[in-house]
Amino acid sequence: MASTNPQESVRDHSPLPKVLVPNKPRSFYTIGEEPFTSTKFQYLKAYESPLPLDQFLATHAHSVKAILSSASAPVTADLLQLLPTVRLVVTTSAGLNQIDLPECRRRGIAVANVANVYSADVADLAVGLLIDVLRKISASNRYVKQGNWPTRGDYPLGSKLGGKRVGIVGLGNIGYEVTKRLEAFGCCISYNSRKKKPYVSYPFYENVCELAANCDALIICCGLTDQTHHLINKEVLSALGKKGVIVNIGRGPIIDEKEMVRCLMEGEIAGAGLDVFENEPDVAKDFFALDNVVLSPHCAVFTPESMKDLSELVVGNLVAFFSNKPLLSEYVDE
Amino acid sequence: MAAKQNQENLPVVLVYRRPQFNLPHRNRLSRHFILLDPADSQEPTSSFLSTYAQSVRALLCVGYSTITSETLSLLPSLELIVACSAGVDHIDLQECHRRGIAITNASVAFAEDVADLAVGLLIDVLRKISGADRFVRGGLWPVMGDYPLGSKLGGKRVGIVGFGSIGSEVAKRLVAFGCSIAYNSRRRKPSVPFPYHANVRGLAADSDILILCCALTEETHHMINEGVMTSLGKEGVIINVGRGSLIDEKELVQFLVQGKIGGAGLDVFENEPDVPKELFSLDNVVLSPHRAVFTPESLEALIDLTSANLKAFFSNKPLKSLVEIEL
Repeated sequence: MASTNPQESVRDHSPLPKVLVPNKPRSFYTIGEEPFTSTKFQYLKAYESPLPLDQFLATHAHSVKAILSSASAPVTADLLQLLPTVRLVVTTSAGLNQIDLPECRRRGIAVANVANVYSADVADLAVGLLIDVLRKISASNRYVKQGNWPTRGDYPLGSKLGGKRVGIVGLGNIGYEVTKRLEAFGCCISYNSRKKKPYVSYPFYENVCELAANCDALIICCGLTDQTHHLINKEVLSALGKKGVIVNIGRGPIIDEKEMVRCLMEGEIAGAGLDVFENEPDVAKDFFALDNVVLSPHCAVFTPESMKDLSELVVGNLVAFFSNKPLLSEYVDE
Repeated sequence: MAAKQNQENLPVVLVYRRPQFNLPHRNRLSRHFILLDPADSQEPTSSFLSTYAQSVRALLCVGYSTITSETLSLLPSLELIVACSAGVDHIDLQECHRRGIAITNASVAFAEDVADLAVGLLIDVLRKISGADRFVRGGLWPVMGDYPLGSKLGGKRVGIVGFGSIGSEVAKRLVAFGCSIAYNSRRRKPSVPFPYHANVRGLAADSDILILCCALTEETHHMINEGVMTSLGKEGVIINVGRGSLIDEKELVQFLVQGKIGGAGLDVFENEPDVPKELFSLDNVVLSPHRAVFTPESLEALIDLTSANLKAFFSNKPLKSLVEIEL
């Protein structure tokens, strides 16, 4: 069945239900729009209109029932105010921090998240970054490619993974996939989460500072909320210590980045592997001079395989919604 | 050496090393053995050995200092070589076999660290970690937008070449990432739960990734050749933590430069520390300066293992990590 050409002009009396897309999701760029299309709905692409958003919405979106959100397309209370008929928000992002969840709850708007489509790939990158920092893979790759091995001799030693105490901050789907992998390397796992998880046997620490004090490495796998903003602060970094390493695949603002940079520059922590930053894509230039940091351009979720899974899930959720069937991945706040 | 009451009763161990290789466990070993170290002496090694090492039964080989049949001929009483490396290709195995000299290696001390690096290199190549790091450091993220996508690990078919202590640690890790494992070894191993391929080319044809974890021998020299790389295919990735000469390096460089395989993660090279310069500009190639074994923790494990082998030998107990030599 050929899918509807998304470029066809939208007629107000078109029978296809509309999905508002306030801004183009990154995944539309990475694998194109086609995998996200369906004959059962059409996208209303605000970003293709010259009109400012509120005018566009007033003109075209008065009966829109669903919004496709992403990191660059936040769903705020103000936006929802302009869209009284919305009943569903579907997101392509792993995080939900760009969606006003309390407002959605208040209005009875369902939210569909990405379930597990990203978890393995994000966990793979988190572990890859950890190994890289501990064993200095990118740094020694740089060293060899600059021609230094024959002239300057051996590169400094890395540090063993096995036996390292790794603290997971946020033991959700992603955190769980990380622990599965790290166990195979012989790491000792402990965690901090909003609540202790009853079926998990790893030691639970009520506060992140205590977790850091008892770990050699922290892996940030949690979402960004008011509570987790700058969760990793001066105190936590100090508790982590001079030999400590931090990996962040959550959101940049979970860490007090200025403080982390200072700690890295002054040797107060040993290294960091970062996929996210406070001000993407303008990464603080202080990072560039540091050999003990591995920098990744917010791409933990992006593999062709996860993008395919994502597109199937997004279409699946929207089709289910418009046929009055249960959503495939409804977000329920615990 | 501090004078000890019963020094004469301690067994003698010959330390065999190139002067630039240090013996990290000298102090610990000195408590249990008398260490004879030609590198400490001004005399040329051969005359030192002729004079002092005639009744030496055990030799501790540091780093990969070569032990030739010539050297062995200066050690008529030698019964044991304790190697500090995983590989023993720097030792004249044929001569040792002829003389009945046992060899122990250190694979077990290093296996986890080598496996960790092999997996780290693989994730790096597949997910383009080093390439993306360079992209960000070069200030290109705001200018050029997204970096090209990496590729998922889960579901990839991994072919492990050499299923010894290192190969099995690699398999253990990659199973946790959702990879499927198959292997090639000198012989099928009945206790290994993964599919066996009798030859490397067959393994390559059925794999997305090859990880080289085997010893360098005459048989395995240039085992990864044009035919194997062609079978592996355009998207294929090779990780080498064994020895450089397992791969026909000239051929590998051509394949990489021409895009006939997908990428490589290499800790070893045919002519270390000289690495083919054509690889320097390739973002899908990750280079490591033969560091797979080196973490402070593994050096501790190495010291434990080599000491344990020496102690076992001198108390007539079974050796801890005897190498089975096949000629």
